[in-house]
Amino acid sequence: MANYKYHILLCGGTGCTASDSPKIKENFEQLLVEKNLTNDVQVIATGCFGFCEKGPIVKILPDNTFYTQVKPEDCREIIDEHIIKGRKVQRLLYENPEDQKHISDSKHMGFYKKQMRIALRNCGFIDPENIDEYIARDGYKALASVLEQHDPAATIDLIKKSGLRGRGGAGFPTGLKWELCAKNAADQKYIICNADEGDPGAFMDRSILEGDPHSIIEAMAIGGFCIGATIGLVYIRAEYPLAIHRLQVAINQAREYGLLGKNIFGTDFDFDIILRYGAGAFVCGEETALIHSMEGLRGEPTFKPPFPAVEGYMKKPSNVNNVETYANIPVIINKGWEWFSSIGTEKSKGTKVFALAGQINNVGLIEVPMGITLREVIYEIGGGIKGGKKFKAVQTGGPSGGCLTEKFLDTPIDYDNLVAAGSMMGSGGMIVMDETSCMVSVAKFYLDFTVEESCGKCSPCRIGNKRLCEILDKITKGHGTMEDLDKLRNLAHVIKDTALCGLGQTSPNPVLSTIDNFWDEYVAHVTEKKCPAGQCKALKKYVIDPEKCKGCTACARNCPVGAINGTVKMPHEINQELCIKCGTCMEKCKFNAISIK
Amino acid sequence: MDNKKIIIKMKTEVREKVIEICKKFNNDPGELINVLHQTQDFLGYLPAEVQELIAEELHMPTAKVYGVVSFYAFFTMTPKGKYPVSVCMGTACYVRGGEKILDAFKKELGVEVGETDADGLFSLTSLRCVGACGLAPVAMVNGKVFGRLAPANIKDIVKEYREME
Repeated sequence: MANYKYHILLCGGTGCTASDSPKIKENFEQLLVEKNLTNDVQVIATGCFGFCEKGPIVKILPDNTFYTQVKPEDCREIIDEHIIKGRKVQRLLYENPEDQKHISDSKHMGFYKKQMRIALRNCGFIDPENIDEYIARDGYKALASVLEQHDPAATIDLIKKSGLRGRGGAGFPTGLKWELCAKNAADQKYIICNADEGDPGAFMDRSILEGDPHSIIEAMAIGGFCIGATIGLVYIRAEYPLAIHRLQVAINQAREYGLLGKNIFGTDFDFDIILRYGAGAFVCGEETALIHSMEGLRGEPTFKPPFPAVEGYMKKPSNVNNVETYANIPVIINKGWEWFSSIGTEKSKGTKVFALAGQINNVGLIEVPMGITLREVIYEIGGGIKGGKKFKAVQTGGPSGGCLTEKFLDTPIDYDNLVAAGSMMGSGGMIVMDETSCMVSVAKFYLDFTVEESCGKCSPCRIGNKRLCEILDKITKGHGTMEDLDKLRNLAHVIKDTALCGLGQTSPNPVLSTIDNFWDEYVAHVTEKKCPAGQCKALKKYVIDPEKCKGCTACARNCPVGAINGTVKMPHEINQELCIKCGTCMEKCKFNAISIK
Repeated sequence: MDNKKIIIKMKTEVREKVIEICKKFNNDPGELINVLHQTQDFLGYLPAEVQELIAEELHMPTAKVYGVVSFYAFFTMTPKGKYPVSVCMGTACYVRGGEKILDAFKKELGVEVGETDADGLFSLTSLRCVGACGLAPVAMVNGKVFGRLAPANIKDIVKEYREME
């Protein structure tokens, strides 16, 4: 094996791939050939580094230099300066927003300082398509020790003691779930990985599958051994082609190395993994719906009990866990339950991966210990609100979660605190909103989603959510009444109490949490017919300031409906009856004479 | 009996390919979703007659096949344009103005979501999260991701593809 002096690590996740990272890799490789450096420098496409806002990311080892927003044409300078002359390319280093100084090592950046990477341990470090790199970082060691010990009950007990809870959102204790499934005797059992990440704005499972697929394979094999399953199934979204490819490559490599297949590590344990593709249905994240979808049926949930641990895939006992949950398993076994349970809060152990997005400076994928506050996440890791605007709310838990306001910023994040605050952990989407987001519209956005994704099996979800959505629509158009607000609240509670599955039972959460936390904003829409955030189109009024208007006619000429009148060099006026509120006039005005009232 | 009419409507190579796909999955009704994925991969969409053929091959009622096709957002019964446009309407893109991007595409292409334009060049859909939230708002044209979009960019993007013709 060649002994490289430098390693160039390059983000090969979906986000950076969209910003030309494959071209960057190609350029580096060409330059290395040109400079005769192929024996000294190796270029590796890794999984996601997390700091998507500053992508594409290039990291140089051994000196840990972290280059941000690299363009294909920057490659020559990096090779000439950094690799050949040993001088860092200053202009590509991260600039600390506080003192404008360059930081070259990522561990000193605000974005990384408070993070703790367990599930993402290998993302951004290894080549996900090379099993040897995974093995070099203690890969498959946990599986070897579990099989050597050959005591499934002891391993389950270890997971139970670690306090690991399901990272898919509901937070059911993982060890207990395994134990329930292990207890049911059957000729065939299945261990299933839920990789149907349907929550809009959440991309942690995808990043793990793209950056560290072997950790999932190893954990599923361990789980399979513990519950007595010889077949593992991964239910993965068809919308994630790169993740599917990497997982398939990893499965093939594991088979080649005898880490999947018959008599793994020379024991009597046989195990293999099959992929099943989702086809775009949010409800399939619910485990009974997921199982039906894997059987080739419509992904409709069924009533529990029977739980999948008793009657799951093909009516056999099955255990379903989420990607991130599995990613934690090998580390817990390698480092011990005591280590894991020392991290986090009393009832929520370990770390959680969040997809930080929205109107925040540092969008990206982060992993933080449970118990960190929202303020630390948003202001220290996230770098605060974009454009210096004011923080308004943070949405967690996706369409099943809620919006948290300023008063919750110092609440330690864990499963139970988030539920108590009216939201939930969910799979880990965390969307930050500033003062320009209208909370009624946000609630409507989520309800639109639920209405579209409701499978239609039970009427509270199918009809109730549709009605909720209609009332919200009415309010955003300025036709709402105070009575409607009462109706919203009552109906939301009825749906929560009567819907069949988790999707329906949590779907009114965005409505309830916004009503509770932003009551005044709802009232303003209803009584004053005003949208305080200025987002609701129907309630917007474009007006021309006669003082500032020079009568250049730019607005009148560009108005698509001819709603602007006036003569040249005289102040113009907008006919509110005709105006469709498209905003073109405001874009075209060179004198800032048009504003929204 | 009805099936005979359908056979005439479908090109022989399409019919053979669909039968081959079904066979690859052992004509197992449990593999229906995989069969539909592969069929759509090669045909671009799943017209009614293809669904009937799949039902016949997998020995299951056509209604069941249709039930699955209509349930999942990924499957479509209308042919896509040569350059499919998908605008991300995930939450991260939504709060950064995804809706305005979608409106701009509607205006530029003259179609609504779910439609294909008259010359079959562009079709417009919205999707939930490409996972490139750092680049929000984003849209995908023919598999390529365009990030940090503003409504003003849309005209040029569409023009770029039109000029390829």
